[in-house]
Amino acid sequence: MVEVAWIIPALPLATFLLIVAVARSAPRLAHALAIAGVGAACLASVAVLAEVVGGAHVERIMAWFRIGQTVFTVGWVVDPLSAAMLVIVTTVSLAVHVYSVGYMHGDAGYARYFAFLNLFTVAMLGIVLAPTLLQLFVFWELVGLCSYLLIGHWYRKPEAAAAAKKAFLVTRLGDLGFLVGILMLWTATGTFVLAEIEAKVAQHALAPGFLTLAMLLLFCGAIGKSAQFPLHVWLPDAMEGPTPVSALIHAATMVAAGVYMVARLFPLFEGAPTALLVVAYVGIFTAFFAATMGLVAHDVKRVLAYSTISQLGYMMAGLGVGSLAAGMFHLFTHAYFKALLFLAAGSIIHGAATQDLREMGGLRRVMPITAITFAVGGLALAGVPPFSGFFSKDEILASALHAGQPVLFAVGLATAVMTAFYVSRARLLAFWGAPRWSASAAGSPGGSRDHAGHGGSADGHDAHAAGAPHDAHGHGAPHESPPVMTAVLVALGIPAALGGLLLGPASGNWFAHFLAPLEKPLPFDLGLAASGTAAALLGLGLAWLMYGARVISPEALAARLRPLYVACFRKWWVDELYGFIAARTLLGLARALAWFDLEVVDGVVNAVGAATRALGRGVRRLQSGQLPAYGLAIYAGVVVIAALVMLGPR
Amino acid sequence: MLLLAPELILLATALVVIAADLLMRRKRKAELAYVALAGTVLAAFATVPLAGQRAVLFGGALVVDPFAVFLKLVLLATTALIILASVDLVTERTRWQGEFYALLLLATLGMLTLVSATELVTLYIALEVGTMGFAALVAFLKQRNASAEAGLKYLLLAAFSSGVLLYGIALLYGATGSTHLAVISQRIAAPLTMSQPAVLLALTLLVAGFGFKLSAVPFQMWVPDVYEGAPTPVTVFLAVVSKVAGFGVALRLFAGALGQAEGEWTPVIAALAALTMTVGNLGALGQGSMKRLLAYSSIGQAGYLLVGLAAAAKSATVGAGTTGVLYFLVAYAFTNLGAFVAVIVFSNQTGSDRIADYAGLARRSPGLALALGICLLSLVGMPPTAGFVGKFYLFYTAAAEGLVWLVGLAVVNTAISMYYYMRPIKLMYLDPAPSAEPVRTTLPLTAALAGAVAAVFAVALVAGPLIDTARGAAELLTVLR
Repeated sequence: MVEVAWIIPALPLATFLLIVAVARSAPRLAHALAIAGVGAACLASVAVLAEVVGGAHVERIMAWFRIGQTVFTVGWVVDPLSAAMLVIVTTVSLAVHVYSVGYMHGDAGYARYFAFLNLFTVAMLGIVLAPTLLQLFVFWELVGLCSYLLIGHWYRKPEAAAAAKKAFLVTRLGDLGFLVGILMLWTATGTFVLAEIEAKVAQHALAPGFLTLAMLLLFCGAIGKSAQFPLHVWLPDAMEGPTPVSALIHAATMVAAGVYMVARLFPLFEGAPTALLVVAYVGIFTAFFAATMGLVAHDVKRVLAYSTISQLGYMMAGLGVGSLAAGMFHLFTHAYFKALLFLAAGSIIHGAATQDLREMGGLRRVMPITAITFAVGGLALAGVPPFSGFFSKDEILASALHAGQPVLFAVGLATAVMTAFYVSRARLLAFWGAPRWSASAAGSPGGSRDHAGHGGSADGHDAHAAGAPHDAHGHGAPHESPPVMTAVLVALGIPAALGGLLLGPASGNWFAHFLAPLEKPLPFDLGLAASGTAAALLGLGLAWLMYGARVISPEALAARLRPLYVACFRKWWVDELYGFIAARTLLGLARALAWFDLEVVDGVVNAVGAATRALGRGVRRLQSGQLPAYGLAIYAGVVVIAALVMLGPR
Repeated sequence: MLLLAPELILLATALVVIAADLLMRRKRKAELAYVALAGTVLAAFATVPLAGQRAVLFGGALVVDPFAVFLKLVLLATTALIILASVDLVTERTRWQGEFYALLLLATLGMLTLVSATELVTLYIALEVGTMGFAALVAFLKQRNASAEAGLKYLLLAAFSSGVLLYGIALLYGATGSTHLAVISQRIAAPLTMSQPAVLLALTLLVAGFGFKLSAVPFQMWVPDVYEGAPTPVTVFLAVVSKVAGFGVALRLFAGALGQAEGEWTPVIAALAALTMTVGNLGALGQGSMKRLLAYSSIGQAGYLLVGLAAAAKSATVGAGTTGVLYFLVAYAFTNLGAFVAVIVFSNQTGSDRIADYAGLARRSPGLALALGICLLSLVGMPPTAGFVGKFYLFYTAAAEGLVWLVGLAVVNTAISMYYYMRPIKLMYLDPAPSAEPVRTTLPLTAALAGAVAAVFAVALVAGPLIDTARGAAELLTVLR
């Protein structure tokens, strides 16, 4: 299987093309094809993983095209890192595909949605398998394009269109650095092939300063794609896309690409310790910073979005302190529990037709499966043992401490408290307490519990968040989602709950050994585990006191800490800052350029155009239609040429 | 005799068509087109096995070499598509169907012989065989004034330029003592011969004589009038088959036989190239008739080809310029063919070839608009069409041969050409249609159009092997001298 690993992205690509070709107006065929493609890719990935566990390691590189003497290559690489990632990507993608059958039911762009979902998966798998920087970049950009297409799925909605544009442009900013970094490495080594570059770096063929700069530029790409500070602003807005797309973006495809890229280039980063340190600090700062914003958000999807940014920060921190295994392990556990949380949030939105925590409450009675699975995901995210997040977060914190970075460790621990707090807050607000929704909506036209009551358009779900009136789409009282969705939640619940334990301590840190056999495993530190658990429980307890038991009034606390509250709520004014920069400086410059373009450039262009047309009129006037004139022209031509040839300079 | 099989097959088919025309009933005469088509296709199949041959025939009057075979295949392929594109018009507009196809085949025969000719008298006769056929075909719809006028103009100016050419041939014979290109090339290599006034005058007259065929400025005046007046299938024939053969023989004569005197004629050709592309592209601006637009466009394209011809005898890389011209010729032939066939389809149905009438065609007949759009984009030189690869490769080789100023001018001209090539596309896709009625087409026309459009992409897709083949043909031509 490893010899034909290219088939893994090829399968969903084939189904993507098929959907575009034949299933554009056949929704059932479209989702059947899409699921078949990803499902087959998933099976193939598992087969590849099995072979790699058995010791297989394949790198195939072939010529793609050549310009002059430069040969550009493509291929695929199958090693523990890519094999593990293949399985993560395809399983999460498969879950999202299946879930979407229920969630997107009746959407106008149903087939288009599934086609792009497939393409998104293809792009990510392409990144995973890429053995060359050029190929990595191509698929990297394809991921960016797909995110644009899917976030903007409801492109008629201005917020969705704006969010899609924002995601695309902000990540492009990082991609610029990424591209420059790639070209720097290429000019220095003359190759795009990672293995060859790594060999050059291992021989210290590159000046340390040069390599550090190149790696920092490459990391810019990861900052954009993985939504790290300061390019994190696109991710919360990306909520405008359909919720399953958010799950895919947050768990396995888009944002994981940045982390995966750093992991893939890890040998290069190791050659540039300064760059690696920057990775670590950017990561931990992002983790802390995003968590503060998650504390106060009202939108359940936003809470989860901030948590993603924060958790990605953890992964970067893990990689940054030199532990590939820790960073990737967290990516692995996070993929499942975050997919679970998002799809559960989607289930809430689907069932309760709102994503505002203030309009929920008491949902556990009407949506029991969603409530339980959300709790599992929440506990995993909070890092409560024995749920998966505990083990991976613990490993990152341990690595930080081990690397002699107590500051990183402390900030990480503080972030863990906040993490536990905000996810519990979201859960308590959504599922506990008294309902803040009225069941009277059931009386509205078509407001029965059957599915048709949704008005036939999934658009309604998220449109509601944009302020559409509740009854506009005839939604009934909150209800549990259809089995196709809850089944996926339950399926994802298993790895979210147990994945960390099974592949971590229970199997003697199998995951870490598999991915990074050379990395020295850290001994299990009971004190460390206890402090991590304590942090999680502290957050949970605080949340319970405020939103469960209502002993502490959140409102009073917010009033007491008003400046801090507002800062968090307004996302530390980063968006405003960017807006200000864009409005004052960039737009001013743009206006000046626009004037120059309109007056000077267009003036020149118009003048050239007018002159050309005048010349054209002149040429046409020569065409008299008179035969003697034509004959004369030939004669004159002969005479002039003869004169030039015979008398001209030699 | 197998070496001449393509020519003999065409000749036999032409005779069969004439004989059958006499015997057949009027209603069935449309089938003559398919007899002619079959003959052409058969001739093409007979040409394929000749690839790789290097045979001299009739004491050096003709050769069968990769260069000739390459061009013959292009000529036969385009002729076959033109026959398909003629069926409707010939069936509906004229009683003399047999004559039409016979003349077409005989003119093609002349062109096939022309690209094989290595002796000046043979060359001249082959040229005249073609020219006579063209003249008759241009005037074929003689009831229409435009057609008759175009025929007369073509005949007279062709005769005039033939005289010029013949004069040049005579002087060259006088200076070198031979009409065989191989001998001429040896004699001309001596510095004394090269600078003789007689040789210089001969060069001038040869350039002028071929300038007429290649529609080089100032010998291009006939082109807009004749292209517009002739029946459109004949216009295609002139614009494609005659052009391919003309540039083929010009390459053999100038880059091959007179390659040693390159320093004498290259500046002239370069100057003509500059003039030709500029006049062609400027003239095309603001045209109201689609046929006239394409006429000027083909003058502009001839200018680009002349750039390649000017580079062909320079030898930074052996045969590079010739290769560029050969590939561009293939790309140009199918692209232009496709554009003209689309015009035939449109004018057969609507009776108009005014550009303004193409407004909204994309909504009336999306397929036709797409085909025409693709061909126009290929004429501009947009990827992924053949026109892009052709232009890129031609300009690239010319720049490599040091003709940077000429390539610069060609690029400016390409920019100008964008304007008039894009205008019909804008009309077809963005402007409202005068009527919703689709423009109907017939099976032969659809086949011709589909064939041409497919070739526009195919020629780009297999650019690598095709360029290699052209290079093989071109290198041999250079070695020959």
